[in-house]
Amino acid sequence: MSSCRRPEHMAPPEVFYNEEEAKKYTRNSRIIEIQSQMSERAVELLSLPEDQACFLLDVGCGSGLSGDYLSEEGHYWVGVDISPAMLDVAIEREVEGGLVLADMGEGVPFRPGTFDGCISISALQWLCNADKKCHSPPRRLYTFFSSLYACLTRGGRAVFQVYPENSEQLELITAQAMRAGFTGGMVVDYPNSTKAKKFFLCLFAGVIGVLPKGLGAETAERGMSSQANFTAHRSRFKNMKGKSVKKSRDWVLEKKERRRRQGRGVRADTKYTGRHRRPHF
Amino acid sequence: MKLLTHNMLTSHVKGVTKGYPLLIKATEVKVNEVEFNPQFISRMIPKLEWSAFIQAAEGLGHLQNLPSTVVPEFENNEDFLRDVHKVLLEVEVIEGCLQCPESGREFPISRGVPNMLLNEDEA
Repeated sequence: MSSCRRPEHMAPPEVFYNEEEAKKYTRNSRIIEIQSQMSERAVELLSLPEDQACFLLDVGCGSGLSGDYLSEEGHYWVGVDISPAMLDVAIEREVEGGLVLADMGEGVPFRPGTFDGCISISALQWLCNADKKCHSPPRRLYTFFSSLYACLTRGGRAVFQVYPENSEQLELITAQAMRAGFTGGMVVDYPNSTKAKKFFLCLFAGVIGVLPKGLGAETAERGMSSQANFTAHRSRFKNMKGKSVKKSRDWVLEKKERRRRQGRGVRADTKYTGRHRRPHF
Repeated sequence: MKLLTHNMLTSHVKGVTKGYPLLIKATEVKVNEVEFNPQFISRMIPKLEWSAFIQAAEGLGHLQNLPSTVVPEFENNEDFLRDVHKVLLEVEVIEGCLQCPESGREFPISRGVPNMLLNEDEA
């Protein structure tokens, strides 16, 4: 059995997100910060038309932290969640969007062509578990995606931030989304960092769009060329065993580059980088 | 629940082909003031099922003076947009229930949140 650190393994969502867990989403500043950062990125990936108020769906809206960001941007939204305790928190926080208590695995109960877009923060992975005897994850995912496809306008996008457990789970989710008629795929932000790495499933309904690039991924792709580049320069001791001498300028530059790929804050490279200080007496 | 949400909600009980519009049986209705955004309202009007909207507003007793069909060239008619805005976004059903027109299944509304959860045999 896999580790018990994942909330999906502990209890079904409507049980896991009880009053105590829901309270964290109003009190814990770290949770709030991460949630709003992820909603910000999700909205960016939606690439909605500028200066236009859109009507959006928030799946797994919870206490409405992601919805707050949508309201800030001037959009109108409807949130769907399965946990009554989380929705109670949303009511107390007086969020601006409409709230509906529903299970996304039963399909989203909206008219066709309603929404201009859909976002979902850390909710989709809950569908990959069978919490009741009658649950079948692939069927529930398919029901969800097909009802979502119907209720989006043509050319609408849906962005899901997910914490996939393994690659099979990712495959299961994307396969069901494609079956329902969506195009698109996975965008991975900061693929080289274990901590900052974030998965966004970007789906397009009807119109083929260009999949956006994940943050911090450009440098990784550049290095992925299968052929070695030709250089006239001969390295002697500098690149012994493929590694630079510790504390040398190259070593510092490499370390900085690695950290940059992980999406951490790194100072710019200057002529002073890795330079020895003058000796003090 | 705002009437905008109501206008978009359908019944998704298994076997129901036309679970729209849901009938509102309200016991408590509130009016909340919301900022007026004429662009958004005029964008939403073509998306609304107007007859369902009028029917819902009438049932709640907040029809204001909305006509039974959409006014032509509503984009420039600010009074009309303001009336629509009032009914669409400011009137909220707090307690009551929604009834599916086909199966008669009732979805309770509590504290302004409609409960659309289905039983095992309905999904």
